[in-house]
Amino acid sequence: MNTPIQAALAAVGAAVVVVGGMLLAVTERPPIDGIQRGYRGLGLVQLYNPRFLAEKEAENVIPASLPRLPAAGAKAGVVYKNVQVLKDVSVGNFTRLMASMSNWVAPQVGCAYCHDVNNMASDALYTKVVARRMIQMVQHINSDWKTHVAETGVVCYTCHRGNPVPKNIWFADPGPEGTPGYTPAVGKNHPATVAGITALPLDPFTPFLQGDTNIRVQGPEALPGWNNSSIKQTEWTYSLMMNFSQSLGVNCDYCHNTRAFRDWDQSPPQRATAWYGIRMARDINNNYLGPLAPVFPASRLGPLGDGPKVYCATCHNGVYKPLFGISMAKDFPELTTVSK
Amino acid sequence: MPEFQNVFTRVQVKGPSHIGVELPRGSWERTGKPFHLYLLGLIGDAQIGPIYLGFSGIASAICGFIAFEIIGLNFLASVNWSPAQFVRQLFWLGLEPPAPAYGLHIPPLAEGGWWGIAGFFLTASILLWWVRMYRRAAALGLGSHTSWAFASAIWLYLVLGFIRPLLMGCWCESVPFGIFPHLDWTAAFSLRYGNLFYNPFHMLSIAFLYGSAVIFAMHGGTVLATTRFGSEREVEQIVDRGTAGERAALFWRWTMGFNATFESIHRWGWWFAVLVTLTGGIGILLTGTVVDNWYLWGVKHGIAAPWPNVFPHVVDPATLATGVGK
Repeated sequence: MNTPIQAALAAVGAAVVVVGGMLLAVTERPPIDGIQRGYRGLGLVQLYNPRFLAEKEAENVIPASLPRLPAAGAKAGVVYKNVQVLKDVSVGNFTRLMASMSNWVAPQVGCAYCHDVNNMASDALYTKVVARRMIQMVQHINSDWKTHVAETGVVCYTCHRGNPVPKNIWFADPGPEGTPGYTPAVGKNHPATVAGITALPLDPFTPFLQGDTNIRVQGPEALPGWNNSSIKQTEWTYSLMMNFSQSLGVNCDYCHNTRAFRDWDQSPPQRATAWYGIRMARDINNNYLGPLAPVFPASRLGPLGDGPKVYCATCHNGVYKPLFGISMAKDFPELTTVSK
Repeated sequence: MPEFQNVFTRVQVKGPSHIGVELPRGSWERTGKPFHLYLLGLIGDAQIGPIYLGFSGIASAICGFIAFEIIGLNFLASVNWSPAQFVRQLFWLGLEPPAPAYGLHIPPLAEGGWWGIAGFFLTASILLWWVRMYRRAAALGLGSHTSWAFASAIWLYLVLGFIRPLLMGCWCESVPFGIFPHLDWTAAFSLRYGNLFYNPFHMLSIAFLYGSAVIFAMHGGTVLATTRFGSEREVEQIVDRGTAGERAALFWRWTMGFNATFESIHRWGWWFAVLVTLTGGIGILLTGTVVDNWYLWGVKHGIAAPWPNVFPHVVDPATLATGVGK
């Protein structure tokens, strides 16, 4: 072998190392387990990497519930001042819930995160006003959205996980403005972290999880004349669906038979659950979180002045069922019915 | 005796540069002093130049440069002229066709007009390059095979960016410029039109694409493997088959029962490659214009088999009167 060939081989070797390294950096190391869900041989499988699954399991261990007390004795609404929602809960269980909320939402600061400790009844802190509305929201979800949360239900911890602000929230994001006169700011063509780092729309939430823009883009007939959806519109739906996929840590075929996305007849039943989930998120964003925007301090608002809002990952946190389907709400009946 | 079974070309002819055959009257001069590069010689011919510019070549390069600049400057504008962000987001940046509201009208520059101008110059550049290919082949006394093969690729390009949008009555149906944006567009296109995999011309295109790769590998492998017996003189062996051609033919008859000939293998390769984009272009042209949902079309024509349903029956909740969530 002569020297120039060795030099060339060295150059090729170096190139292989660099390109190979780049590929490894953006791909996922095996093993990948496929779990069959549809009829055999059709590729209707969910792909899981046991390493990531182990991480998710560790993140989703539920905290022990404080022991429940007999529902006897004086009611909170009688004993304490300014109790507006949980009036009919016994003092013991009211205090238990307050302690639990403190563990779930503000374990570092404790009661003082929401309460003026010199006057627990005061609504001076905005966090107390928000927390009250959130209790109402949780009651509403657990009693009126059983189509999505079933009997499992949700509690504060489902989203908060020990954080005063849940990890996964969204604000309106029109994307970078660009320069007037050049390519228009179309809300896409920048890295979309909410949609699998594609160049798809950066904010699929405002139209679909706040507004009720039509999500369905495929037509019901083989031949044209029935369906006016554009490809651009499809990219918005696509972005939303990518977000679902990453929010739940599932593939497209968790909810769809991907050969015919629109066909309900061939879809796994999870698709109907997701359909109600979309309506639930809209309800929460429009009736609970959206109207709270004036209550929040500016530091809690988005760049356009809107308040924090929810999407699938807010509760799901990358898991197909929040907390792998373990019900915490069953230990807190005061959160599962709407207070009169 | 050189050993041919190697990743690299082992034979580099060292000698005076070849200036090229006489050109017909009226041709431009070839320009530039030729030189040799050893490393390039490992994968191809070591000689670079002389270059033939010509009218169509220069015009194509200018149009291509204009398109490249318009696209690049629009990318740069979309990150507020930040070079760092330009590099960081390069794969994501895009130049979008006009919104559906504009139909086939000419939009303002900032609403898709730049996209139209870039598309015009890119198309002009590609067509002029086709003219250059055709005329250079003619000037050298070659057949026009390569230019017709290139024309097949141009057909797909024109269908995607011009002919189909025209038939659909909307520039918005066209492809954005940009690395990831055009890939996202491709996926969205299939999603919108009910799964392109049920489009028979898409099936043909994929078959020819993969087939091209297989045929290319088979032919390249066969010739390299039999070069020591003289198969590098491929064309001679078409009419005067020597031991290289005999051995290659026998090898394929043994392994798959049939063999192409030294002539026909090149036609196999050419047609497979040409048919990739020819059939692909037809498939795209039919999408949205005569078929709206390829999966349902496949059901109608018996190419989408029904599958046993293992899930409980699911009903579209939008059709139920459940009260909450309507």
